[in-house]
Amino acid sequence: MKTLVCIGCPNGCELSVEEKANDILVSGNMCPKGKEFAINEIKNPVRSVTSTVKTVYEEVPRLSVRTNGEIPIKYVFPLMKLINTVEVDHPAKRGEVILKDVFHTGVDVIATSDMNYMLRGVK
Amino acid sequence: MDNYDVVVLGGGPAGLAAALASNECGGKTLIIEREKLLGGILKQCIHDGFGLIRFKEKLSGPEYSGRYIDMVLEKDIDVETSTFVTEIKKQGEEFLITIVNSKYGVKKIKAKAIVLANGCRERTWRQVFIQGTRPAGIYTAGTAQYFVNMMGYLPFKKCVVLGSGDIGLIMARRLTLEGCTVEGVYEAKSTPSGLSRNIAQCLDDFSIPLHLSHTVTRVFGDDRLNAVEISKVDEKMIPIPGTEKIVECDGLVLSVGLIPENEIAESLNIKIDRKTKGPFVDQNLMTGLEGVFSCGNALHVNDLVDYVSESGEIAGENAAKYAKEHKDRKLIRMNADSKFLYAVPQYIDINSLNQKVIAYFRSRDIRDKMTVKLLYDGQVIFSRKYNKLKPPEMERITFDISKLNLKDNGEINIVMEG
Repeated sequence: MKTLVCIGCPNGCELSVEEKANDILVSGNMCPKGKEFAINEIKNPVRSVTSTVKTVYEEVPRLSVRTNGEIPIKYVFPLMKLINTVEVDHPAKRGEVILKDVFHTGVDVIATSDMNYMLRGVK
Repeated sequence: MDNYDVVVLGGGPAGLAAALASNECGGKTLIIEREKLLGGILKQCIHDGFGLIRFKEKLSGPEYSGRYIDMVLEKDIDVETSTFVTEIKKQGEEFLITIVNSKYGVKKIKAKAIVLANGCRERTWRQVFIQGTRPAGIYTAGTAQYFVNMMGYLPFKKCVVLGSGDIGLIMARRLTLEGCTVEGVYEAKSTPSGLSRNIAQCLDDFSIPLHLSHTVTRVFGDDRLNAVEISKVDEKMIPIPGTEKIVECDGLVLSVGLIPENEIAESLNIKIDRKTKGPFVDQNLMTGLEGVFSCGNALHVNDLVDYVSESGEIAGENAAKYAKEHKDRKLIRMNADSKFLYAVPQYIDINSLNQKVIAYFRSRDIRDKMTVKLLYDGQVIFSRKYNKLKPPEMERITFDISKLNLKDNGEINIVMEG
């Protein structure tokens, strides 16, 4: 029996997880996301990553980015390394793909700020 | 002179939502923001988890505020950025606002209603009384966040975090990801201040220890911080002599609480609730001064931006309605008992057409299996069971007063029963 705190939403449900033969029993979750989270935590824990990338613009030196899905926890630090090699040289839009299909996970790193707004105060 | 129905002070999530709601209700609306850009603190909150209630998505801070900024820029809402308010005076039914910026110099604006959406400030180390020298390397979590996320600077190589508030936990993870060693998070209280999921995903994921009932009692260093002294504290949070240990580090991050920003409210002699540190308000979020509304973290410190936007909408909508027409208020008190840290609103206007009340509260302590009840004249008018109540987790309830026949000499009491 293992206890976990679900990170799916601010409720932060305390989950009890029990591994039985071929099954994983989850209790304490208020929604199905909790069960999915607990099973992932046992089999293959995944996380989203948020960070910033360098830009060529002096007034806006960093652009915020995030993964548009979750990646296995073992790729978190390697992804940080990769993110820190990027330099954005154009006014990226919110949602624009900055790094595609990182570590063949099918997950992209996308921009989360609008550089046009940050540079010029317009959309 | 420019005349507005509603002037919103602050262009963060509360102000943006207030301006949209005011515009929606037909109010001629202006947002005044002191920074260069709209978005408030969300600009630098690059972590995700925002908007789960509003948008049913896990957004980062800039995405959440970006969506609201886009909506505001599409609407007929005036925006003045890099603009400061220097004075507000009430003249009869109207407000005379003095602003200053580089476009106009000093300018006067008239408003029928004002929405205070000034947000909150971080408590600094001057306010937590740490002894020692005054070296560089001591930052509030928000300042460290600005350095890392906006400027791209890593301000420390090895740091200690004091306080387990959410921003401190988020920064512990952020600094770790960028290559800084976070020696530990120290919390003077015996329970964490931040959300459980942030303890899990920001500390446990990176094996960062959380030391409860510990605090920083001294800092060392001449030009630059080189160590801090940690002590255990007793249940009254007083350091216990003989428990001191020295931790070498070049950074101290403070996440020791947020205080609503109410300098303008105070200049208008608006009464402030000592529990929330924001103005007393009714269900329309109107303060003690007719025509002045308060919302977001200026009203009380929220843990979720979704509720900040919600209170902005309530304030903006009611400010626009007030600007059109209004009648006298009849306020009755809504009191929360001592088991609560606070409850908002503190008053109900029984003359108001708005009979659907949205209330927020926090429990003073961690409690299991509690029932929260609203009592009026000995009658239970609302009741809800809670499996667990925690001070870091704000609760939201709604109730209808239309069928209650509230009298102007009555009061509503909020109680907690186990």
